[in-house]
Amino acid sequence: MNILCAGINHQVAAVDVRERFAVANHEMSDVLRRIRNIDGLTEAVVVSTCNRVEFYTASICPERALTGIRTYLESRAGFEAPLYHHDTPRSIRHLFRVASGLDSMVLGETEILGQVKDAYATAAGAGTTSRMLNRLFQSAFRVAKSVRTETRITRGSTSVGAVAVELAGKIFGDLSHRRVMVLGAGDTSERVARSLVSRGVKTVIVSNRTFARAAQLAEDIGGMAIHFDHWQNEFPDVDILISSTSAPHPVVTREKLEPMMRQRSGRPLFVIDLAVPRDVEPETNRIAGVFLYDIDSLQKIAQHSMTVRQREVEHCERIIDSHVTDFVSWLRRTQHSIR
Amino acid sequence: MERYWLVAASFCFLLSFGRTLFALGSGIFRPSRFNLITMAAGFLFETAFLYEKGHAIGACPLTNLFDALIFLSWSIVLIYLLVGPAYRLSLMGAFTSPLVLSLILLALLAPLDRATPPPMHNSWVEFHAALSLIAYGAFGLGCISGVMYLVQERQLKSRKVSDLLLSLPPITELHIANGRLLFFGFILLTIAFGAGVASHMSIPETKRLASMLIWALYGCLLLARRFQLLAPGRAATASIVIFAIALLTLPSVSHLSAQ
Repeated sequence: MNILCAGINHQVAAVDVRERFAVANHEMSDVLRRIRNIDGLTEAVVVSTCNRVEFYTASICPERALTGIRTYLESRAGFEAPLYHHDTPRSIRHLFRVASGLDSMVLGETEILGQVKDAYATAAGAGTTSRMLNRLFQSAFRVAKSVRTETRITRGSTSVGAVAVELAGKIFGDLSHRRVMVLGAGDTSERVARSLVSRGVKTVIVSNRTFARAAQLAEDIGGMAIHFDHWQNEFPDVDILISSTSAPHPVVTREKLEPMMRQRSGRPLFVIDLAVPRDVEPETNRIAGVFLYDIDSLQKIAQHSMTVRQREVEHCERIIDSHVTDFVSWLRRTQHSIR
Repeated sequence: MERYWLVAASFCFLLSFGRTLFALGSGIFRPSRFNLITMAAGFLFETAFLYEKGHAIGACPLTNLFDALIFLSWSIVLIYLLVGPAYRLSLMGAFTSPLVLSLILLALLAPLDRATPPPMHNSWVEFHAALSLIAYGAFGLGCISGVMYLVQERQLKSRKVSDLLLSLPPITELHIANGRLLFFGFILLTIAFGAGVASHMSIPETKRLASMLIWALYGCLLLARRFQLLAPGRAATASIVIFAIALLTLPSVSHLSAQ
């Protein structure tokens, strides 16, 4: 019995190709049934995410299984899929790397593990898994857990938005009752504001020199727009300030901020300055309770996290290798006992 | 035999601290139950020591400075076990264990007053002494939350995301925990003072003044926090400084044998 993995991912195909082969949740059972019916194939799991569509199968004849998968995908998309494929033991290793986030576009991301778990649960529910793939996927989940707990592969955040959210969490804890002000409706500030909203922030105030742009962004992210002349009136109640105006000089100075901080009852203020030239005077970071991060400091943190993750890859690979060896040993013992 | 309980407790606290240092050093620290379990084990050993000592002298084991230090370390762990899991403040156990360990080692190794005078058998005095030290335990944990606040604030101000920053709790939660611990300790200390008055014990002037000073300092700090006269960072610093003063005056306030 051989474990075959065949698929396409972000490394071999652009999104316009991947989307043609993607399997939506509602059609997953049907696809699993069709794959399972391929001659010589006994078990199947399909992992379909925005970055990959992969078929994990247990089969007596992997060549026939691969041809069957190729034919099915071609009939589905209307053109030949740029498939990669791995046999035992590389297929086992590939799944372990995928589940651990080592094969992801963002190294070490953890969302993929949930997606692999969902894919396995769907296949198990559809009755297309048995002893071999059950054991393989359970092992993959254990490997992913080991990699996550024994290494720093998930350490920190790797994008400006995620870093901002992480820092906000380290200042305020729960973000649901925090008020965010977006000063200057640029693309990056919009992304950061959206990241904060996704983490539970409910109140977002948008102020922009062009009121229509502020109103548009406020509508998009479920916030409230105010005129640029009035932002200082709202400021004392704000917990997080995202600033990205195109002003040639600082909009928030130490002189302005100090009296405002006195009205805040000791509440901290997280200032995210995304503008170039900077909107917020660096000196404001010296004010008690003010935590100022500009675009460079956020990018440096994101870059540092990515460097730490990259350094951990070797350690992760060693953990995966030992689990692959264990699984292959189990596979041989099983096949030997069947004979 | 009594000393063995303390050695076992010290080992547990050392284990808690050492494991956290190792985890932080290797960059794979994750909040786990290990700290809680080792702290709870250390607490049980300390409780066994206090029980045996109390049983031997037939009174509350608070007869000299050695006893006071052990009882204070026991109180700090007691408060940690009560509030630590409730607040879910990761790393609080790691910050608590070195303080507790230092107090036990100081009690064991320093040339302290270990004379055991005949117990007074005045339950008000015993209640006063025990409750005062439990209040000090709350102040001790308040001090620890203050240290954690300052460490986290420094990390955030420096704009460098270290493993320590990622492992410490949010500063807003640390500030709230600090205030609640100080308030809790202040209430206990006030009740302990009431018990002291009810006991009609004769108190040396130095003890009276030192006790009133500590009580007044914590009272002023709580008022300053309540009316936002102090920034959170300064309030955290004050909670550390006042606890240091409280520890320095401990010999005078705990010298029950002198009464």
